[in-house]
Order: sequence, then structure tokens, then C-alpha cells
Amino acid sequence: MRKISTPYLLLLPGVAFLFTFFILPIINLAQTSTQTPVGGGDTGEFEQTLRFSNYLDAFLENKEQFGRSFVYATIATLLALAIAYPLAYAIALKGGKLKNFMLILVIAPFFTSFLLRTVAWKQILGEEGFVVPTLRTIGIISDSTTLTSTSFAVVMGMTYNFLPFMTLPLYASIDRIDPRTLEASGDLYANGFTTFRRVTLPLSMPGVVAGTLLTFIPAAGDYVNAAILGSPNTKMIGNVIESRYLKIVDYPTAAALSFTLMIVILILVTVYVRKAGTEELV
Amino acid sequence: MTKESISAKGDLRLTRLTKSYGDFTAVDDLSLVIPEGSFFALLGPSGCGKTTTLRMIAGLEEPTVGSIHLGTTDITTTKPYQRPINTVFQNYALFPHLTIFENIAFGLRRRGIKDVDAAVTKVLDLVELPHLAQRKPTQLSGGQQQRIALARAIVNRPALLLLDEPLGALDLKLRRQMQIELKWIQKEVGLTFVHVTHDQEEAMTMADTIAVMNEGQIEQMGSPADLYDNPKTAFVANFLGQSNLIKGTISGNDGDSHIVDVFGQKISLQKNRSHAVDNSIYAGIRPEKFRISRLGTPTSGNILTGGHIEDVSYIGVSTQYQVEMPWGQELMVFEQNDDGVAPFSKDEEVNISWEPIFTFGLRGDEDATAGSEVNPEELDEE
Repeated sequence: MRKISTPYLLLLPGVAFLFTFFILPIINLAQTSTQTPVGGGDTGEFEQTLRFSNYLDAFLENKEQFGRSFVYATIATLLALAIAYPLAYAIALKGGKLKNFMLILVIAPFFTSFLLRTVAWKQILGEEGFVVPTLRTIGIISDSTTLTSTSFAVVMGMTYNFLPFMTLPLYASIDRIDPRTLEASGDLYANGFTTFRRVTLPLSMPGVVAGTLLTFIPAAGDYVNAAILGSPNTKMIGNVIESRYLKIVDYPTAAALSFTLMIVILILVTVYVRKAGTEELV
Repeated sequence: MTKESISAKGDLRLTRLTKSYGDFTAVDDLSLVIPEGSFFALLGPSGCGKTTTLRMIAGLEEPTVGSIHLGTTDITTTKPYQRPINTVFQNYALFPHLTIFENIAFGLRRRGIKDVDAAVTKVLDLVELPHLAQRKPTQLSGGQQQRIALARAIVNRPALLLLDEPLGALDLKLRRQMQIELKWIQKEVGLTFVHVTHDQEEAMTMADTIAVMNEGQIEQMGSPADLYDNPKTAFVANFLGQSNLIKGTISGNDGDSHIVDVFGQKISLQKNRSHAVDNSIYAGIRPEKFRISRLGTPTSGNILTGGHIEDVSYIGVSTQYQVEMPWGQELMVFEQNDDGVAPFSKDEEVNISWEPIFTFGLRGDEDATAGSEVNPEELDEE
């Protein structure tokens, strides 16, 4: 009998799991996406007719939500990057003995439910929270302006919820930088800003790429933030898919939208990784 | 573009330099002049303050007290990137994301130098690695990285080049080769090199002048031969090579020499080689200066009788003996195997002798073991 090598045995549980809970559903989804309702059948009864124009119909009908998803996800990712980079930098390079404690604080939000925290944001941004009255007092927003049910609230919610996914990979890659290379840069006539641009930032690029992907991908497909913090005017593609599946029971459209979303994200990510990976940043 | 780096040059002058971290004083009131164009070594065990001194010169640490001058310019608080000083870091600290070419070009580009290509090519030729220009640092061996780190610093033609344990990560054979090469490159480019090391052999091979540091202060400064032949303190005598220190009392004078009584036997010591402050003295003799002779063989110079060979180690070029003297002290004797005479064997009764000019004198109240318990080879990096 041929000996099966250990690495393959170690792969087995993962492969079996992914096959059952990822590959099979994907195939099922692909099949569903080209089905059409059974003539005269009940709600939820579909037959395979290989109607590929389901995709075009679904896309054209929801262009706006698609666009909004990518705009929101992009803004949330950039905001998260802007907040997380200095944070990760400070923890990695100036954290000292408090490093681990600060990292725990970064992931502490995970100890409570994602949903609960998003509901809490609704309170924070609501009329009864302290943010709106404060902003009104300083005159940043007018008395008639509210923050809930706005794109601002949705983007802020997404930024907050995905911040740890941005912070942790950034921390990991900044922490790996040998502080002596930063000293060497200073020694070689680069001031603080030049050192950041020529040494720190390029060396932390793996973290930037990983963090933006881990934020952008789930953000683009997210529907919880838009559902809780938004309004019908801030609907994202995730919300459309959710309602097509669970409320309207239009499985083929939901499946076609899911596939379209997946493919668009895949293309964007590929282009992005290629660019970030090969571009000489110096 | 960054603020212009200053263009000072000349001797490096450290004046009453002190660096404290809380209660701990790393560098203690250190004053020193390093002449332009010299190869200067700061030598000392781990924690003696040599690296802190180097970092203050580089601008990576700010002195608590004191000043640093380059020529007539005070650079005590000048930012590192404005100092005409470059460093070869301990673990090279090459930029992993840049090619070798760009690593070397880094300093030139920051200063807006015009002909980067020519300068980089020239320095790559100097370190004999022109074919590696397009590689990344991780694709190079330790010895190659070391040379690139050197090239990256000297390409800027700084007024001062600092080397922080530059050969510490290399194996012994490569280290020997690089010592000779570094010395050659220093002569070739004519820059001032300040070299920090805990390896006395490395310091002696390369430096014109060595400052031996201990506990934040300079114990003694001089040429390698000065320090070896005429150490001022027990620390220097033991840290730089090995020494036999024999307790004695100055009992009289004979012209330019002291007569020293060591456990009832008389030896002589030149007055100008004595650092004793009163009659109490340690007579110091390097192990290779001793000669061993069988009882009854005529000998000249200083003679100590009554030795008993305790141990013999034959190591090829020389034989090392442990000789126990009547007062219980074991003396170390290195004999060159160059006279065709069979080595002495264990338990032989012998006399030992040496030329009086090789004797040096240390204060009798010193700790005779100072500096000997630190084995430089086993020390970790600071």
C-alpha cells in the first residue's frame, strides 16, 4: 500500500469542510442563478432554463446599490486605514511594555456581538446620544440635521466594525520592521518624513494590502450597517441580496447578484494586489 | 528635500560627555579627541558604554551632559540626518525592500547628489561586489552584506565613519579577512574611522589608536603596542591579551630601575614603566615574554626560581605552561616551538626568566583579576 504523507492528511479536514460548506453551496448558487420561475407554480418554485440574462437584468436593476456598495466600502477602508495606521505604528514602535495590553484593547470589541455594537452606534448617533447635541452646539451641524439613517452613519459604522481587521495586519507588518533600518535611514540624511515615506511605508506595505483587503471585501458585501444605521436611500447590494432571498423569495436574482458581487470583488482585488505588489514604491 | 547637512570636518572632540539612564550612568564624564584621518577603536566589554558613546556621536542618543565637536562645529544637538557622519550598523540594517544599488544610493539621493550612478559603481568596485547591484539584501551572504553596509556609508564620504561591532556576526576566518580589508579601505578612502568592538584582537589589528573603556570611562588610550606592552591598569593588562601579575614591594632603586621584592626574590623594573603610586606594586609580565629553563642552566635578566610545571598544553606554534611558584601563584608561560628543544614535561622543576625591559608595574592596591573574568568571545552584543 502506498504511504499517504502527513501533509495531505493534515489538509484533509480543511478540504472536506470547505468542500461541503463552500464548494457545494457555490455550485448550487451557480445553478440557481440561471433558473426561472415555474410557469403557474408557487412562490419559490424555480426550474433550470439556463437564462444567463438573469445576470444582466439583476445588475441593471441594482446598478445604484452596486455603485453605493463600492463607494461606501472604499471610503470606509480609507478611513479605517487613516485611523489604524497611526494606531498600529504607535503600538508597534512606541508600545513598549504596554504592547500586548493595547493589542487586547484593539480586539476587545470582538468580545461582544457585531450586531449589538452596531445597534449601539445607532444610539450614539441618535437624537438622545451625545454626539448630535455636541455637534449642534459647536455649530458643525444645523438643528434640523440628524445623523442616523444617513450614508455618514453607515460609513462610520463600517469603519468602526472593520477597524480591527485593518489594525492587526498593519501592526504585524510594522512590528516586523527592524528599528535599526529606521536609524540607518536617519543616519543616511533622511528626516522623519522621508524615512516614513522611503522606509517605513514601503516595509509596511504587506500590512497595508492585507488590512485593506480584510476591510474592503467584507465591507463591500456588508448589509448589517446599512440595515441598522441607514435608510432606503443608503441601501447596499448586500441589503438587496438579503431581501431578494428572504423577503421576495427571488432566488435566481439573489444568486446572480451574489455571483456578480463576488466576481467584481475578485477582479478589483486582483488588480489591486498586482499593482501594490509590483509597483516600486521608491 | 531635507535641511542641508552641515559640512563640518576636522578632529572629533568629545568634551566631558555623560549619558545617564535614571540611576545608571552609561558614559561617565568622557573626554576624547579623535584626530582626522585616524582609525580609532573604542574597546571594552559589554556594557562599558562604548556603544552609547558611538550612538551619541551618530546623534541617535543625546548626551545628558557634555558636548561633541567636529572641527570647530558643535554638533551635540544636531539631528542625525544633518551630521556628516555615517554608521555601519551592527547587523548592517540594510533596507530589505531596496536593491543593493538603491541601498548604496540612499544617502546620495537624500542629499540630491548629481551623479549617483558613477559614485555607486565606484564604491561597489571598491568592495569588489559590482555584480550584486541588482540583488536584494536577503540574497547576500553575511560577509557580502557587511561590505554593502560599509559601501552604503563610505559612498557619502562622511567626515567620520562609525563602525558598531561591524564584524561581530561573521565567522572567525571571514572576520580576519575583513579586518585586513577594512584597514586597507580606510587607507584607500582616507576617512576617519571610529570602530566600536569588544574584540581586542580586532581592535589591535585595525586601529592606530585604541581607547579601552570600562564602566563608562576610558581606562587607557594609546597605540596597540603601547597598550599591550605598557598597560596602566590591571583591567587593561587583562582585557588586552593575558598577563601575569605578581604582587611585590619596591625595595630599592638601581639607576633607572626599581628593585622589586617578590616573595623574597629580587627582580628589576624600569621606573618609566611603573604606574605604582607607593611601594606596593604588581609586577606584570606577558606570558610569551617568559623563558623556562631547567635548574642549573645559566640564565640572564630577571629570574624567579622554584617553579613547578603543573600543566603543559602543546598547541602547535607554541606550548603553554602553567608553572606553580613557591608562593602558590600559577604563572602562564607561552614558549614558541622554534628552537628544536623538546618541550618541558609536567612536574619538572624549573626557573623562569625574562628581560627586565618587559616588566610593567601596576598599583599594588588594584584588583589583579580586573578585566580577566570577561571573556570577549562569549559576550553577547550590547
